[in-house]
Amino acid sequence: MPERLIELKDIAKSYGRVFAVGGVNFHVDRGEVVGLIGDNGAGKSTLIKMLAGAIRPTSGDILVRGQLERNWDASRSRAAGIETVFQDRALCVQQSITRNIFMGRELRNPLGLLDVARERLEAERLMREIGFTSKVFTPDSVVGQLSGGERQGVALARAIYNKADLIVMDEPTTALSLTETAKVFRFVRTVREGGRSVLFIGHNIHHVFDIAERFVVMDRGRVALQATKSEIGTAGRLIEFMEKLAHPSGVSTEAGAAP
Amino acid sequence: MTMQLQSTETPAAPVKHPPDTALRQFLDSNRAALGTLAVFVVMISGFAIASPRVFLHWPIYSSVLVTLPVALCLVVPLVFVVTVGEIDLSFPATMGFSAWIFALVVQAGYSPFLGIAAALVTGTLLGLGVGALVVVADLSSLIATLGLNYMLRGFILICTQGKSIALSDLADSPAYNLLSSQLWGIPVQIFWAIGFVVLAGVLFNRHPFGARVKAVGDNPDSAGQMGINVRHTRIAAFAFMGLGAGLSGIFTTMINFTWWPTTGDGYLLPAIASVFVGGTPTWGGVGTITGGAIGALIVSFIQSGIVAAGLSGFYVQFFNGLIIILSLLGHRWNQKRYR
Repeated sequence: MPERLIELKDIAKSYGRVFAVGGVNFHVDRGEVVGLIGDNGAGKSTLIKMLAGAIRPTSGDILVRGQLERNWDASRSRAAGIETVFQDRALCVQQSITRNIFMGRELRNPLGLLDVARERLEAERLMREIGFTSKVFTPDSVVGQLSGGERQGVALARAIYNKADLIVMDEPTTALSLTETAKVFRFVRTVREGGRSVLFIGHNIHHVFDIAERFVVMDRGRVALQATKSEIGTAGRLIEFMEKLAHPSGVSTEAGAAP
Repeated sequence: MTMQLQSTETPAAPVKHPPDTALRQFLDSNRAALGTLAVFVVMISGFAIASPRVFLHWPIYSSVLVTLPVALCLVVPLVFVVTVGEIDLSFPATMGFSAWIFALVVQAGYSPFLGIAAALVTGTLLGLGVGALVVVADLSSLIATLGLNYMLRGFILICTQGKSIALSDLADSPAYNLLSSQLWGIPVQIFWAIGFVVLAGVLFNRHPFGARVKAVGDNPDSAGQMGINVRHTRIAAFAFMGLGAGLSGIFTTMINFTWWPTTGDGYLLPAIASVFVGGTPTWGGVGTITGGAIGALIVSFIQSGIVAAGLSGFYVQFFNGLIIILSLLGHRWNQKRYR
């Protein structure tokens, strides 16, 4: 059995009397790509913010490698090896790829100055690791020259550099073209081959179905479905399921009923 | 349902880039500074053709080298402030205030070195205060520093009742020999100023502080998400501006052996013009120290150059403006903008 990287048990988050997430069980194993799907307001964002330690759950337990975590917050989350690539990617477009990767945690030489040579070498290695093979760009290239998918790659490289075991990617393919999306998929696959896990959040079910091996469908703050790719079969069947969730006419799914 | 992808960003077109040689890289990363240098060379050549008698001889350069250090110590820190995404209009008063402290210490009979230290500390603290006010209260730096400039200058005028301080004993002091005399016919303060520019260049290009200044000016939200303390970085840029203002206040007082309550007043617009003539854009995130220094050189030469070229003083303002506009147009064409 693969190592359980992180597990959420009965996690709930409520704002006053409104449940954003109500009692969710959820886990990610080492080296797997999990797709998190759900409509707007399904609780995806709240869930990943709790993973990142940005917000505290109202109740429930968080376990990292089987150990119960107390005082879970952003720095604990990072220390546990979770890196979130937010939707806006947190890049500075006028700076070089290297500067973006090392933003806020610059490598220094004994004089306290930037260790430019080592940073450049590391950036080159990271670009290779995520399959950033273009000869057109060097670590000194300005991020503003890059396309959307390549920018996503820089954000990903930054997460890898931090030695993350789990990389959470929030809507990484939104506003990307087909070729760009393919590029992001290639990055994700390379990351997974390196033994890391990816939690891939997306609106486009086709995208998520392509890249992930296991799926978690959220609906109105609850998990409506957890299934592997082989259990689901085709993207069409997943979409069918989603449509039934949205319009439960005659079809009553247990999870569709909100409290 | 079929795949619905909105390609809002152009897919990577097969761009043909020239080979990535070391020379090309150097040219690319120093575009703005080299453009400014070109402007300077063209301008000086023009002056030399118009007035070879003046521009092919040393005295004009020597006289510019006396006043240039004062400008350099203002322009270079101002590049940091503009790059971090702010502006400082209060440095003339900070300069006057620091120089005042220097003059008071020297007048009281203490060592000028103590006066220098006091002026530098005063400048830095004032810059820190200006930065803290702008950043913590989240004010527009354009308006807030304008107000602070008036307030601080007003405070000086109220306290001194407009009286200047003469420091005639300064000429014999070791501090004067060290900072304001001549070496092989070259005004010695230019060496100090060049040292300051080099240190600032290292800070800007090779130190984490410079990297953070650029990141904050580029995208404060991203910088914050990556763990950079956005507020501290901004305040530090203002503090550095204060330090530079203190230094230039010391230089100008030593050159003139006199402190005036108006010390620093004339430097506001030339210093700002130098930053932008030098190729630092207005929008933050990028800047060039070398460019700023050459910009200061250009602005310093315009005035003496035009008069020496035989035109009347009435032309100075016109050519000042012309150089600024032409430089801006040049940089606009020379630099890519990514935001």
